[in-house]
Amino acid sequence: MSITEVSFQASQISDAPVTAIQGRSQWQLTWRRLRSDRVAVASVVVIILMILFAICAPLIALATGHPVDTAYTATGENAFGNPVGPGVHGFILGTDEIGRDLLVRIAYGARISLFVGLLTTAIATVAGVTLGLVAGYFGGVVDAILARFFDAALAFPYIVLALALASVFHPSLTIVIGVIAFFSWAGISRIVRGQTLSLKEKEYIEAAKSLGAGPWRIMFIDILPNLLGPVLVLATLYIPTAVTFEATLSFLGIGIPEPAPSWGNILSEAQAFYHVAWWYVVFPSLALLITTLAFNLLGDGIRDAIDPRTERIFAGSKAARQRRKRGRRGNGGHGLDDAILVGEQADLTDDQPYPAGGVPGLEG
Amino acid sequence: MNMLRFLIRRILTGILVLWLVATGTFFLFFTAIPVQSVARNLAGRAASPAVLQETIRYYGLNDPILVQYWHFLDKLLHGNLGVSFYSQENVTTIIHQDLPPTISVVIGGVLLWLIVGLAVGILSATRARSFFDRIATVGVLAGVSAPTFVVGELLIIFVFVQLQDHGISFITTGYNPITAGFVPWLGCMILPWITLAIVQAAVYTRLSRGSLLDTLGEDFIRTARSKGLTERRVLFRHAVRSAMTPVVSQLGIDVGGLLGGVIVVEQVFGLHGLGFQVVSAISQGDQPTVIGFVIIASVFVVVANIVVDMSYALLDPRVRIS
Repeated sequence: MSITEVSFQASQISDAPVTAIQGRSQWQLTWRRLRSDRVAVASVVVIILMILFAICAPLIALATGHPVDTAYTATGENAFGNPVGPGVHGFILGTDEIGRDLLVRIAYGARISLFVGLLTTAIATVAGVTLGLVAGYFGGVVDAILARFFDAALAFPYIVLALALASVFHPSLTIVIGVIAFFSWAGISRIVRGQTLSLKEKEYIEAAKSLGAGPWRIMFIDILPNLLGPVLVLATLYIPTAVTFEATLSFLGIGIPEPAPSWGNILSEAQAFYHVAWWYVVFPSLALLITTLAFNLLGDGIRDAIDPRTERIFAGSKAARQRRKRGRRGNGGHGLDDAILVGEQADLTDDQPYPAGGVPGLEG
Repeated sequence: MNMLRFLIRRILTGILVLWLVATGTFFLFFTAIPVQSVARNLAGRAASPAVLQETIRYYGLNDPILVQYWHFLDKLLHGNLGVSFYSQENVTTIIHQDLPPTISVVIGGVLLWLIVGLAVGILSATRARSFFDRIATVGVLAGVSAPTFVVGELLIIFVFVQLQDHGISFITTGYNPITAGFVPWLGCMILPWITLAIVQAAVYTRLSRGSLLDTLGEDFIRTARSKGLTERRVLFRHAVRSAMTPVVSQLGIDVGGLLGGVIVVEQVFGLHGLGFQVVSAISQGDQPTVIGFVIIASVFVVVANIVVDMSYALLDPRVRIS
């Protein structure tokens, strides 16, 4: 149903927008709520800008005339051999300890951070959803074995394994991606498994079975679409965790090896210069903070948009304000459409365990 | 009785996990690193081929892997973690020396983040949607998003350097043992604690706020209020106690991640503790020290998880029955 039809109907039945709103699908409702969430929209804009910044890294190198690995010992260092500050000799954000352009290096670092963040999240989501569905749907021995694996992967001190791997093999992009993906799927699996356990008892699954649908069809065609909400929220919240994880590994010298710039290894070198070159620490930190904050805010926004119950807790003041406004317009004053929205989705929201404490297992 | 059986089962599972970790680490290290490079590490860079052969024979490096595995387990059970390739010291001695800074960071950090996290969480749950609550929510998101080392480095630039420039030298970097006096110790620990607290308290604020809001809506809270109990008693005796279960389970998960956080904090603030040691051991190719750290870290995680499972039962009577 299009927006014009909706407003047409709404103007027809002036005091009751109820029928018009009931006509929308779950995802349309979510999309509408997300679009009206200013913070979420702003985070999307920031994320798109950051992606553009990463894609345009070679262009930035071209525009400044400073290739990423070129050390400008004459102009990029002061008389003491220390980095020069922002704006000096055409280095917009200053230079690092051997006179390389910090802006260009941060831009190239964005490529690695975002690439690692998005790729590991994709791997972890596919693996986590598949294993969670299998464990939840088949149950029994399969579930018992897989559930032990989820617990083990969640309980294991992941940074310790990363350390062990790094000391045996040489640190590389592949190892970083492997380690992060390996420690991310279990949290998703556990939630998908729990959801599948309750969804597989519903009548429509019984109906599908009686029509002769096989287990894989039921898992991926009938159950999976009902899980997309929580999975989408979790995946969005995993991206900043993975970005932080990569930066931490690189900071400790067991992530992306030099001279390839990553936000983590830039900050690792900047550590020794905090008393002479604040920009060397502050700008990469800001890039990292802005990125993770934007993804976290977007994840929260999507969660609030999908699940009106959390919306009423977290953005309660906004709903109350709207209710008051409607009340003043003399529209019944009870926030009628809010109530309908909640009622419509109550069935789903009751057993959607959105992680209250952020992404399980990957903090730190 | 039930409780005791549960405890024994958890301890047995814990031992199984430790065995898996030790075995996994053993095979990872002993199959991936060639014998020659281990011998070279032991005998020194300039060793002649004859000395290398002698080293390999002496340490039994060419023995069948199962024999070596047996020796490894045997020594491990006697508390012997081997000898460092780098300093030729016992790994147990190294770990023993590096423990105090790590323990100081962990205990102070956990206490500070629990106090801050729970206090803010409880305050914003009882004053839901107030100005304080809104500010707390923003702070929580910033804390959740911030990587540990970024917080640490920013604290150094904006607190440590500023204070030093203004002649206030209370806060120091590096480690001052508590035996050298309480104040110097506090001065070197305060920034690491704040770093851990900023990063971790956010999660606990969010968790305790959500959990307490849910609990406050439950029937037994209404019952407690209608009995005429004071609001303070309802809150702390009934609501908070029952709302703590998810907080405790999160604490169990975080203990695993905490070691990672401690490695980073020690690196940023130049504290020569276990984490600092393991990072330099990796760059020196000193595998026995790394293995020792991995095993000690796993013991830590397993013990913490058992303690957490036990405290569930103390907090929530329903767990005791099932």
